[in-house]
Amino acid sequence: MSDTAWIDAALTAARPQAVGALLRYFRNLDTAEEAFQEACLRALKNWPKNGPPRDPTAWLIFVARNSAIDGVRRQAKQQPLPPEEHLSDLEDAETAIAEKIDGSDYRDDILRLLFICCHPDLPATQQIPLALRIVSGLSVRQIARAFLISESAMEQRITRAKSRIGAGEVPFEAPDAIERAERLAAVAAMVYLIFNEGYSAGSGESQARLPLCEEAIRLARLLLRIFPTEPEIMGLTALLLLQNARAGARFDADGSVILLENQDRGLWNRKMINEGLALLDKAMRHRRAGPYQIQAAIAALHARAVHAADTDWAEIDLLYTALERLTPSPVITLNRAVAVEKVRGPAEALALIEPLEDRLSGYFHFFGVKGGLLMKIGRTREAREAFNRAIALANTAAEAAHIRMHLDGLARD
Amino acid sequence: MLYAILCYNPEDVVGSWSKEEDDAVMERLAVVQDKLREQGRLGPVARLLPTTAATTLRKGREDPIIIDGPFAETKEQLLGFYVIDCASLDEAIDTARDLARANPGTGSYEIRPVAIFRPGSNFS
Repeated sequence: MSDTAWIDAALTAARPQAVGALLRYFRNLDTAEEAFQEACLRALKNWPKNGPPRDPTAWLIFVARNSAIDGVRRQAKQQPLPPEEHLSDLEDAETAIAEKIDGSDYRDDILRLLFICCHPDLPATQQIPLALRIVSGLSVRQIARAFLISESAMEQRITRAKSRIGAGEVPFEAPDAIERAERLAAVAAMVYLIFNEGYSAGSGESQARLPLCEEAIRLARLLLRIFPTEPEIMGLTALLLLQNARAGARFDADGSVILLENQDRGLWNRKMINEGLALLDKAMRHRRAGPYQIQAAIAALHARAVHAADTDWAEIDLLYTALERLTPSPVITLNRAVAVEKVRGPAEALALIEPLEDRLSGYFHFFGVKGGLLMKIGRTREAREAFNRAIALANTAAEAAHIRMHLDGLARD
Repeated sequence: MLYAILCYNPEDVVGSWSKEEDDAVMERLAVVQDKLREQGRLGPVARLLPTTAATTLRKGREDPIIIDGPFAETKEQLLGFYVIDCASLDEAIDTARDLARANPGTGSYEIRPVAIFRPGSNFS
């Protein structure tokens, strides 16, 4: 890795903590971001020459703070900035600064930074870009590419989101335990949204959207580092890793969807799976089950099955039942139906999902699963009807193509 | 004499590498390892998962406590280690220097003479 690549990685890693601390200090997001930007520029100039500082994050916070304050003073007095060496030379002061940055604050700083992005007034389409811009530091162009819209449209979306946050109250006081838990839950949900935004993309789009999955994993790991004993954050991180491990096996060369049972398991990323399984093992020791841990446990059963036929569907059925109890939702019942079919046959699975039709009448997967079950029972006409509705509701070309394959199969029979 | 070279790095920075950057570092480290292997000096090499995946068993009472992770608020974490056969401390330092050149940035290598070494099973 070259010097600049290493510096880039260090700046990216420092960003959430540094911008979070600057936000607490300046109480203004734009000022905090600009100050961090300024400090990054100084780092790029200073670090290759003097070597990296012992604590890059502390260095960046200190330099950012100084330059922003100097900026304000300069505007007030119309005086020139002190010389560069004076501003960025921290050789002696460095250890002192590292100690002055209160270790207990940084966790809430990062959480606050993430939390303002999931402001209840912001729709998910704005929350995600905002978090990627502010917390992850992706460029507007990178985010626009991931969302498949133009750079100027994304710029507008982010600006709008920022002004909405500015108008509302940003919670600057340190949260109490309950508030902290609530913030953490909201932030975890947003990280999961970011991941799904990337994961649900079709194959043609998946290259552009892949960074969303990686970024979500990075944010989950960041949350886990600041809350290292939260089983649900272990579960969330495990879930994302276990799902993302399958990324390389989900589409064939033509871009068609390959279902889990037909995937080449040799293409699954073992390193990610191992980390996911290790985190899940740790989480389970706490005996405080939650939705992320249960979903991770389901993903782990798939990951542990060497062949699709080895999958422990009875256990998956039980886990989905537990998940339904914690967070009742027709989509979870629909997922459980897939396990029920494997354990007790398609007729029973169909009986389980038929009552859901009212609530899932606009959901592609409902009609995909329903069509598949009807087909297996031999109710061909109804199966065709369900598949046609699925195609009408498909979100990506790959989804539609997959269902069409079933329809073609029915036509041949 | 056998030396353990313990690799301490800022985990958040290493975790921010893209897959390409990570692969590039591993490739350069492999060159250093190949050289050591040819010289018959390379023992076990391990890269550890992040400390977020770690569990600590704290001794000192009848029923040891199990806690999540190492809690140390340090900037650098133990992310991997080598066991290398070296004629002298100087040679061990040279080896660590080669590793540092292959993987620049902050961090440190702790060079520790090994007291007892049992190779154990030969995992792949």
